[in-house]
Amino acid sequence: MPDSTAPDQAEPDQAVASAVVKTTFSVTDKPGPAVLVLEDGRRFVGRSYGSTGQTLGEIVFATGMTGYQETLTDPSYAGQIVLMTAPHVGNTGMNDDDMESSQIWVAGFIVREPARMASNFRATRTLDDDLKAQGVVGISGIDTRAITRHIRSAGAMKSGIFSGDEFELSDSEQLERVLGGVGMRGRNLSLEVSTVEPFSVPAQGERIGSVAVLDLGVKTSTLTYLAERGFEVLVLPQSVTAEHVLSLKPSALFFSNGPGDPAASDAHVDLLQEVLRAGIPYFGICFGNQLLGRALGFRTYKLPFGHRGINQPVLDKTTGRVEITSQNHGFAVDMPIEGVHESRTGFGRVEVSHYSLNDQVVEGIRCLDINAFSVQYHPEAASGPHDANHLFDRFRDVVLASQGAVAGETK
Amino acid sequence: MPKRDDINSVLVIGSGPIVIGQACEFDYSGTQACRVLREEGVRVILVNSNPATIMTDPDFADATYIEPITAEILETIIAKERPDAILPTLGGQTALNAAIQLHERGILEKYNVELIGASFDAINKGEDRMIFKQLVLDAGADVARSFIARTVEEAVGYADDLGYPLVVRPSFTMGGLGSGFAYTEVELRRIVTDGLHHSPTTEVLLEESILGWKEYELEMMRDTADNTVVVCSIENVDPVGVHTGDSITVAPALTLTDREYQHLRDISIDIIRAVGVDTGGCNIQFAINPADGRVIVIEMNPRVSRSSALASKATGFPIAKIAAKLSLGYRLDEIPNDITGVTPASFEPTLDYVVVKVPRFAFEKFPAADPRLTTTMKSVGEAMAIGRSFASALQKALRSLEKRGSSFHWGEETRTVAELLASAEIPTDGRIVTVQQALRRGATIDQVFEATKIDPWFIDQIVLINEIADQVAAADRLDRDVMILAKDHGFSDAQIGQLRGFGEADVRTVRHILGVRPVFKTVDTCAGEFPALTPYHYSSYDDETEVVASDRRKVVILGSGPNRIGQGVEFDYSCVHASFALSEAGYETIMINCNPETVSTDYDTSDRLYFEPLTLEDVLEVIHAESQSGELVGVVVQLGGQTALSLARGLEAAGIPILGTTPDAIDLAEERGLFSKILDDAGLLAPRNGTAIDFGGAVVVAEEIGYPVLVRPSYVLGGRGMEIVYDSLSLADYFKRMAGQGIIGAGHPLLVDRFLDDAIEIDVDAIYDGHELYIGGVMEHIEEAGIHSGDSSCTLPPVTLGRAEIDRVREATLGIARGIGVKGLLNVQFAIGAGVLYVLEANPRASRTVPFVAKALGITLAKAAALIMVGTTIAELKADGKLPLIDGSRVPIEAPVAVKEAVLPFNRFRTPEGLVVDSILGPEMRSTGEVMGIDRDFPRAFAKSQLAAYGGIPLSGTVFVSVSDRDKRAIILPMLRLQQLGYEIAATIGTAEVLHRNGIRARIVTKFSEKANDDDVSIVELIRREEIHIVINTPGGSTARADGYEIRAAAVAGDLPLFTTIAELSAAVASIDSIRDGFEVTSLQEYATARTALL
Repeated sequence: MPDSTAPDQAEPDQAVASAVVKTTFSVTDKPGPAVLVLEDGRRFVGRSYGSTGQTLGEIVFATGMTGYQETLTDPSYAGQIVLMTAPHVGNTGMNDDDMESSQIWVAGFIVREPARMASNFRATRTLDDDLKAQGVVGISGIDTRAITRHIRSAGAMKSGIFSGDEFELSDSEQLERVLGGVGMRGRNLSLEVSTVEPFSVPAQGERIGSVAVLDLGVKTSTLTYLAERGFEVLVLPQSVTAEHVLSLKPSALFFSNGPGDPAASDAHVDLLQEVLRAGIPYFGICFGNQLLGRALGFRTYKLPFGHRGINQPVLDKTTGRVEITSQNHGFAVDMPIEGVHESRTGFGRVEVSHYSLNDQVVEGIRCLDINAFSVQYHPEAASGPHDANHLFDRFRDVVLASQGAVAGETK
Repeated sequence: MPKRDDINSVLVIGSGPIVIGQACEFDYSGTQACRVLREEGVRVILVNSNPATIMTDPDFADATYIEPITAEILETIIAKERPDAILPTLGGQTALNAAIQLHERGILEKYNVELIGASFDAINKGEDRMIFKQLVLDAGADVARSFIARTVEEAVGYADDLGYPLVVRPSFTMGGLGSGFAYTEVELRRIVTDGLHHSPTTEVLLEESILGWKEYELEMMRDTADNTVVVCSIENVDPVGVHTGDSITVAPALTLTDREYQHLRDISIDIIRAVGVDTGGCNIQFAINPADGRVIVIEMNPRVSRSSALASKATGFPIAKIAAKLSLGYRLDEIPNDITGVTPASFEPTLDYVVVKVPRFAFEKFPAADPRLTTTMKSVGEAMAIGRSFASALQKALRSLEKRGSSFHWGEETRTVAELLASAEIPTDGRIVTVQQALRRGATIDQVFEATKIDPWFIDQIVLINEIADQVAAADRLDRDVMILAKDHGFSDAQIGQLRGFGEADVRTVRHILGVRPVFKTVDTCAGEFPALTPYHYSSYDDETEVVASDRRKVVILGSGPNRIGQGVEFDYSCVHASFALSEAGYETIMINCNPETVSTDYDTSDRLYFEPLTLEDVLEVIHAESQSGELVGVVVQLGGQTALSLARGLEAAGIPILGTTPDAIDLAEERGLFSKILDDAGLLAPRNGTAIDFGGAVVVAEEIGYPVLVRPSYVLGGRGMEIVYDSLSLADYFKRMAGQGIIGAGHPLLVDRFLDDAIEIDVDAIYDGHELYIGGVMEHIEEAGIHSGDSSCTLPPVTLGRAEIDRVREATLGIARGIGVKGLLNVQFAIGAGVLYVLEANPRASRTVPFVAKALGITLAKAAALIMVGTTIAELKADGKLPLIDGSRVPIEAPVAVKEAVLPFNRFRTPEGLVVDSILGPEMRSTGEVMGIDRDFPRAFAKSQLAAYGGIPLSGTVFVSVSDRDKRAIILPMLRLQQLGYEIAATIGTAEVLHRNGIRARIVTKFSEKANDDDVSIVELIRREEIHIVINTPGGSTARADGYEIRAAAVAGDLPLFTTIAELSAAVASIDSIRDGFEVTSLQEYATARTALL
């Protein structure tokens, strides 16, 4: 803290010299017009934000009041135009610590009041800087609540943002482009977000084993939490084969979150089934939950407008406790939330372990006869509350127990 | 776990009188709790000494006790009602302290009563600083570093570690005596030397200064299954150093990254768990160093707080209601979210708007007080506004304050940047406007940050507002784009008018021609994710409105805005009652208000709630939106105090129907000439009076009508600038003090009235339907005329008025009601002097005493008035049982007596030298709240009122008396009685002489000013040494005034009972016997049953 509360004999020069940390960054540009066009023809004219040009994608809304940096850099948002319901976005700028991956993934960004200034002791630049540098087309100054309510009742839909020269296109031309874009249903986006080369993260503290992470859009904080639990983390490209995974002899397998329609990821389902049959413990988050559901023989379906926020109440059926969770999913596993069910693919009994208290959507699955469980929400919670972080401990315990069981058997 | 089946009756403890720091937010929370408990089938027993509250309405509990909140009285109630449990977490610190006492005295154990909401253990962990500090450290969080020093050298050593500035707090001194900030070693040595001298243990605490750090609060709830949610984060725009109640605050927090926010959330959950709050809520305050993010936990409250009320209104999550349910054993996931109807309460609200709260101060009432804002709360109320951006919410909140100069302006500013920055460096009322002016004059964001430590992001938002203002001013034409730009940033029509050089009305006309009108969004707890069932709206200049069409007949009720001295919870009571009555009569009720502390702004009080500033512009837009469907029957303006009343003319001019008394009729009462004619026609007298615009004219008038005179500027509220003047010299002094305030002059004449010395003052609340008059109550003031009716205590029924006098009062009230053309409520103030009845003033609106009348006599005037306004007659109301057949002018001899006593905030305000401000009562109102004592006769009722207001009168000890010559005759009898009752008496020489010659022995005490040498012990020192237990001091001429001030200041600082009028003293002396007998308690419901039996 600069020493300004000292008596006023301080010389002006000293005052300048005492300002050690730069914590504020200003945005100086004057934005031009932009328009958001929805596939049903609705148009919202506002100001250009970030890069100018054109972007197409599925429009979804996210209700978190903090955590835009984590949201933007979460690969699960690839292909989506994200609307922030919180009006002020960008106030704390961007920093190097809160990146969930190396880049911004959203296809487009919609906010009502973009920050003119970033103010935070960790900030190194403005959000506007990053949006421009990474070519993310956005729009601001529109009635974001009206759009949210529209999506809530009409469902997620294709959309496009047009600014700069593209703003000048005719309404019909813009709509045609939006309609020509791809929707999320049936779309496999794993290739776009996954690492190309495998890499590993060393275990922190005592190493308890290794976990093979299938990168379907994994977030930095997930890898950190796994490493903190003593796992050597082997991050694998999404195209890897089951044989390759098994050849690594991992202590456990982990499927990350990621974008796209789980129904379009047959190869990943096959891989998962094969590894599960080999008796390797499994933990999945989000996309990894949907793929476990499919591997067990259940269907997935598209939610009308998805769950995207950091305030979502989930009931843990085992403990009876409510966890406030971070969520970002447009698809869900189709399975009755009560009772024990038989896997249709021969993995024994399975039950819903968690469900949403808002709309009873499946939020977690647990196998009773094999070491596999997954959650639809985000225990790594970046952004979001840390209520469910203990699931990483549970995963560690499951792996340790299975190692103990194996060790016991060999004895 | 579902609801517990072993709790069938609950005692709810209220928060007592409204005081600074504990206001009507606890009426809101208590009312919610009572409603919930009764819905759950629990028998509710309520105790609260504050009659102005809605919770003490007999409809909200099964047994309502308006009794002092003391351990003794609570025990009496517990013994009588035998509740299963006590809920102490919804009545502020008062209720929590009462619960601690009940526990410590073994009363809970004795009657086998359980504390619900928070256990004693949890309360203790939250309140005990040392235990709490350890618990915070155990949670891995941090507290401000501190050391205890016993010598100056030790202190200097620790200071090297803590760094400057640092805080010095002497141990065990009262009211922050001797504490302060040390910026240098020289200062530290001086303050520590002083502090060690003051401290009885010769110890001072040195604490790391966190001045200027960012300040945050989190509102938490937790249930028995350890489910914990954060309801709301609140960020203080004014950094640490200003009490959060005095800060501009914003929700949600706007300058935290998710990582920082989640860190606060994690700490909060660990703390609430460790403290053990498991069936309710708490709030936790944090400070964050803006330079490095270091977090310090400041404190936690294991109960519903002022911030919880704000958080409830800000998010739509009803904290008090949920807390009440949790206390019965429900889990959060078992309680539905009212707003969505489908999702559970076990979630964290998310906002798609910004909420700004601004405090309202009353420094003008205490001119001697130091205006600097500190860690002692001084604001008397607050306004909240909701907008889709910080800029719009801030501007709406500032104009909601209804105070000249509180909004940003672009008029003349003569101060230089350096002057403005220097001024902004010291936090005071209105600093935000100083910041705006500084930025406008060219100060940089860095400079303003250096001066104020306000986060640069907020400062930049004010820069933005100034930039928009420049664009509006510079635009070629006021076209649609410019208009929308300004409105989207919260500019009022008046501000746009100022920038463009024309009137507010013209801007509005242009705006409407351009088709620029606000839409209304909904507060829904979930940022639009789920449909909302509750129509809780705020305006924004966006595309889509969410006002649902309705074909019903609508009535709009205007609330009373932020609490201030003279306009508080009493008016909210009337508005809420009107809403209930009109709703029951089949109307759709629409409430407009901007005060987050109130019941009226609860989303289920009225059919629709608009959280909007009470300005003509904002009200007109709500009415316009509601006029798009259904039938607007009219607007109720007479219940929301001057705030609502002052909008009547403008609304009428816009063609909006005003319900009840017309604006023309309102003017008849306000305008002196017109009102005199009404009195003449009715054959009534007013004290002789005249007007003047300068000192010369005033002297002529005063000499003609004769001194003493009561002077007051016209068009002011709450007796602002009202004084009694005894001679021309004092009149000259008055003009000197008022000079430069611009409140007296041509167009704003000074009103000069003959002051009626020794007259009895009478207040009447009545309703009139155009044909029939119905008296709610005739209240007799205990203090003589000359003390503002809001500050004086009064009795209902009157205790010394004869039937003939009451009949004259009734007739006079009828004459005035008829003359004005009242339709609805009327309050008249009379004085009887030398047998002559004078009319002092009449107000055709709800008065502060409407709820007191309802509690004392069971006559609900506000409900009746609301129905009269829509055409019901008094005859019909009586026939329907909505009014008792016999009105309040005749009270049966068996009926109880109720005494209302005012509560004054003098101990909150210090002069810049650190002394308490003077505490004499006068024509200018300064009380913040009131209590009621009710019992079978006046002495008992009076004793209860004193107990409730000040903790009562000691039953033995030394009484100090020093009165003006005027009062010397009158004190003889009361002092004789006090001596007979066994009190020791001490007096100053003049008073002692009179007492002595009348056979009363009194120890002679030196006056402060007469202290000859250091060995003399003055009265002030005796008070400080706690050798005096009761102080009687009446202000005399100007020479004795200074001494009197020293005495009164010492009494207030020492928390002693202080009598500044003989009338109150006599009442107190008469009540001592009844105190010795002990008190009985009777519920309002029992009184009502007895009343019915009498009729």
